[in-house]
Amino acid sequence: MGSTGQNPEQRQNPLSLGPSSRPKTRWWRQAKFWQFVWQAIVVVLVVAALSYLGYNLDHNLKRLGIRLGFKFLESQAGFSIGETPIAYQPSDRYAMAMFVGFLNSLRVIVSGIAIATLVGFVAGVARLSNNWLLRQLAKVYVETLRNMPLLLQLLFWYFVFTSLTKSDQVVSFGLFQFSKGGINLLGLSLSPEFSALLTGLTLYTGTFIAEIVRGGIQSVPKGQWEAARSLGLLPGQTLRFIILPQALRSMIPSLANQYLNLAKNSSLAIAVGYPDLYAVSSTTFNQTGRAVEVMILISLTYLSLSLSIAWVLNQFNRRVQLVER
Amino acid sequence: MMQNSQPPTSPKAQTRQQTLQQIPQWLQKNLFNTTLNSLLTLLCLAFLVWVGHGFWSWLAQAQWTVITANLRLFFVGRYPVNQLWRLWAVLGVFVGMTVLWTVPQLVQSQRVKKRIQLIFYILLPIAFCAIAYLANGGLGLKFVRTSLWGGLFLTLLTAAVSILLAFPFSILLALGRQSALPIVRWVCTGYIELVRGLPLIGILFMAQVMLPLLLPDEIRLDRVVRAIAGLMLFNAAYLAENVRSGLQAIPQGQTEAAKALGLNTIQTLTLIILPQSLRISTPAIVGQFISLFKDTSLLGLFSMFELTGISRTILSQPDFSDRQTEVYLFIGFIYWMVCFSMSQVSRKLEKQKA
Repeated sequence: MGSTGQNPEQRQNPLSLGPSSRPKTRWWRQAKFWQFVWQAIVVVLVVAALSYLGYNLDHNLKRLGIRLGFKFLESQAGFSIGETPIAYQPSDRYAMAMFVGFLNSLRVIVSGIAIATLVGFVAGVARLSNNWLLRQLAKVYVETLRNMPLLLQLLFWYFVFTSLTKSDQVVSFGLFQFSKGGINLLGLSLSPEFSALLTGLTLYTGTFIAEIVRGGIQSVPKGQWEAARSLGLLPGQTLRFIILPQALRSMIPSLANQYLNLAKNSSLAIAVGYPDLYAVSSTTFNQTGRAVEVMILISLTYLSLSLSIAWVLNQFNRRVQLVER
Repeated sequence: MMQNSQPPTSPKAQTRQQTLQQIPQWLQKNLFNTTLNSLLTLLCLAFLVWVGHGFWSWLAQAQWTVITANLRLFFVGRYPVNQLWRLWAVLGVFVGMTVLWTVPQLVQSQRVKKRIQLIFYILLPIAFCAIAYLANGGLGLKFVRTSLWGGLFLTLLTAAVSILLAFPFSILLALGRQSALPIVRWVCTGYIELVRGLPLIGILFMAQVMLPLLLPDEIRLDRVVRAIAGLMLFNAAYLAENVRSGLQAIPQGQTEAAKALGLNTIQTLTLIILPQSLRISTPAIVGQFISLFKDTSLLGLFSMFELTGISRTILSQPDFSDRQTEVYLFIGFIYWMVCFSMSQVSRKLEKQKA
């Protein structure tokens, strides 16, 4: 299609009997015309495909006797939810159940992002430590966990946490206390499901963040370390005040991607029985059979979650970027 | 090794002595150079001892019969035993195609390279049909329902097929997103961003539940086919972004030079732009394949018996219900081996590029 319209003089057919003496590109030789045609073809194809799918959907739903609509959200849910940050009873509406699921998702995403960042920064810095043993430990952590499916890790942690909370006696690991009632961290009571999901998500995402942090630190010129050292800063101070603030600039877009991944991966909660948005929606679908509506609700919620995380990080990115003149 | 008759001051022995002398130096330099580092080393050692002790006491009570008794299930699922030769044949086709794909990278001569590549692309659809025919049956072979497929076989099959199908689709999407035509750009960007905003489990759910509603009721897609469709639609969006990053790395001058030589748009793309940009984005594409391979574990949540799904089934038997750690370690190791070796390949490619 391209640039045929650029040389009207040469393209002019000498035999043409047009009334105008001004050389003119014929309409089918113009780039604009073909741009229009290609776009029209795409529009027609997309519209045709969508209407074909829509027709089938309509036909199939009629055959199954389902009428689309969100009225079902008003009827009684009838199932109980294991963990409820706000008051909820089985007699509440489906809308309420899904809102509780949404809050549960939010809970695991927000705490997951915070802890995964911490884990990732520690492991990323450890991978560059001048302590050989620490470096190797961090490497083993990153290379093992990032190469195994998250789902498998979640199942494993769920098994670990449920077996720790099965026994009658209280087992304690540092700040954590495991007993039949669940997991206790400094007075904070956590369910085995939530703990398994949070542990799996943070350790898995932490490996990716560690690699980003390592790359970010390595991208800071060596002269910065040397300059800080000659100013008399300690290695810890250098890292905190000189290196990380500069490394952060190049890291933020990749970090944002990892946070988005964590948010999306939190939907694997259903595998360990944590009632997040997807798990509650899945139960709702199983009870009502409303695939289309449930799917629309899930999609809209996850899309808006993703968009809001991206928005927050964009704002943060704007604040830390260098402003040059 | 050294002979006894040689004097102990042979160069080899000397270097060995030097290495022995260097050990304390090395230890001091790498583990105990400052107080803080010494403390860290001790902490790490304590952690290692704690983990080692835990692992040792677990190993003492571990029973591996759950693995040995179910080895066939882990690899091929409940595929009928007397038909297993067909899966060996599938494996043969798969390995053959992989070899045919890698050989051109090693051959020097351009002509041989081109010829092997041509053979590969001709054989690809044939191999595809052969694998489908061998695994599924029909036409003289005994029909094997996909509900009997499983284990590592199903994991590899779904991963390989969905990446192969996603690849051309993703190139179209990436080109569309870079296109000068606004409507094409909007459609492609819309698709990519929509899919990237959704969790894979949601897409797979859609593929299982919505796809039958969106197709006419004469078309009944198999569960595995629907899962492959979901994986393909999901990964195409991510791959498209990888391909696009390669496209963006190609200087504008390349397109202009191609135009100046009189190549048309399609020639410019297939001969000039895509070969260069795909080489640039190969490490990222391998990375996406690793994540797709790990993602196939989600099929276990939709009652398919790939590696993770079959493990859950095995663990639900009362005999093996308390042998979770052994099973998870075993299949974790399988996943790890595949993913780690692929990540090494991608790292090597990246180094070659640099």
